[in-house]
Amino acid sequence: MAMPDHREALDEAASAPLSESDVERIRTDFPILHATRQGKPLVYLDNAATTQKPRQVIGAVNTFYATQNANVHRGVHSLSEAATDAYEEARIKVERFINAQLTCEVVFTRGSTEGINLVAQTFGRQRVGPGDEILVSHMEHHSNIVPWQILCEEKGATLRVAPINRDGELIVDEFERLLSPRTKLAAIVHVSNALGTVNPVKDLIRTAHDHGVPVLVDGAQSGAHLPIDVQDLDCDFFVCSGHKMCGPTGIGVLYGRAEHLDAMPPYQGGGDMILSVSFEKTTYNSLPHKFEAGTPHIAGAIGLGAAIDYLEGIGMERIAAYEQQLLEYGTTLLQGIDGLRIIGTAKDKAGVLSFHLDSAHPHDIAQLLDDEGIAIRAGHHCAQPVMQFFGLPATARASLAFYNTRQELDALGHAIEKVKEVFD
Amino acid sequence: MADKRALYEQVILEHNKSPRNFRAMADADRRTEGHNPLCGDHFTIYLKLEGDRIADISFDGAGCAISKSSASVMTSLLKGKTKEEAEAMFVKFHQMITSRPDEPIDEDALGRMAVFSGVRAYPVRIKCAILAWHSMLAGIDGKDEPVSTE
Repeated sequence: MAMPDHREALDEAASAPLSESDVERIRTDFPILHATRQGKPLVYLDNAATTQKPRQVIGAVNTFYATQNANVHRGVHSLSEAATDAYEEARIKVERFINAQLTCEVVFTRGSTEGINLVAQTFGRQRVGPGDEILVSHMEHHSNIVPWQILCEEKGATLRVAPINRDGELIVDEFERLLSPRTKLAAIVHVSNALGTVNPVKDLIRTAHDHGVPVLVDGAQSGAHLPIDVQDLDCDFFVCSGHKMCGPTGIGVLYGRAEHLDAMPPYQGGGDMILSVSFEKTTYNSLPHKFEAGTPHIAGAIGLGAAIDYLEGIGMERIAAYEQQLLEYGTTLLQGIDGLRIIGTAKDKAGVLSFHLDSAHPHDIAQLLDDEGIAIRAGHHCAQPVMQFFGLPATARASLAFYNTRQELDALGHAIEKVKEVFD
Repeated sequence: MADKRALYEQVILEHNKSPRNFRAMADADRRTEGHNPLCGDHFTIYLKLEGDRIADISFDGAGCAISKSSASVMTSLLKGKTKEEAEAMFVKFHQMITSRPDEPIDEDALGRMAVFSGVRAYPVRIKCAILAWHSMLAGIDGKDEPVSTE
């Protein structure tokens, strides 16, 4: 696929910080950012829920269906070969993007949630027994709590929870204290969707490994916002979701160390995951296909590959640096609003601004912001234990991406002032 | 923002700020919890019954302006009413709130409940407006389980 001109221009300046004009050019790639809502320009600040898609991704999905559509790993016809090549090429892009050692360590899933369930139902069921423990943190998304609860209930094991402090940071000493010979796995979020906290996962993994405990990292919120290097992190498993990194919905990635994946039983049975089947004996396929039963989301994987190309074209370091500037700007702006409290004030934070207003409930805030064309999330963010910790039923949350601007944050600030006028 | 005043009517904002009957009732005959965890709306409705009549009704808890003001308006309407009258008002409110946004409403029959007609244009908020009403009904029926309208 030909590289768009502006991408080449960006490549030349790949080490320079993203400038306002860079972001303006990037915004032209996202059709939806030029839409209006309620007659006002869309200000999309719900990126932790899902990111928008550049035309390169939309185009890649479109092109696949228009010119390459066939099933993969089956046909001898050339169309099927082309589809297989495109699908496997996407896997190689993921491998490179997260710096896996081997391509076969990349398993396509429906998303982070399925990746965690896969590990719980295979690795977990194989390794966890009565009296064993699984360690999570207090800031996990429900998807990194419930699969482990299901497993613990089935096996008579116990879910342990590493506590957080009032800034929404994991208490690392407590995490270490909870590691014991009974701990069979630690499952920790990289970036909290409700608080924005960036956990020191590399240190946590080293500590866990010192105790012989493997670690799953939930990268749903980090994949599109921080450079990921699974070998440097030394994690055992890493999951992420395509739709939160400018890719399509319904596609995600599970990275697992080959030695683990090899030893794990299959997750689902079906076509593609077998080498041979008879009624007496079935031989499972090699990695990663052992974990990809049935026709996969081929177009989704190709779209995710295009999303990775797009993100790499800008550069993950530059994206992270720019979002950090935006976060600082937004934090200062919101802190200047009377009666507003930011929930989640970790020293190491990604682009999430969860907040609470004295005068208005999060739902009312989100409703009135929608009138201004501003999309934010209100609710418990699928992290009810976090809400309970802060004694709140819900928060309003603005979450950032590299295509957001300071002007959009200014619009958010003005709209919050208007909300206060209505409710004060 | 003026366009959404149809949702946030002045009466709604006023009840949200100064809710009526907003107190726990120590000697309540019935107490029902209404909880919409997705929204974070969480109220308790207290009922004091004298025979068939609602001698007193109050609520406490926290939630959005729609759910809170709806509970406030409801309690102010139902005090002194019979169970049967309360059920009839529930039906009236339910019919109105779940009707099409452009459907004419009977302002006279609905009375103060009519201020919530703007909610009809916002389907995700209907559950906020009816939470207190469903909780009250469960209380009248003597049901113990918490109520959710999500």
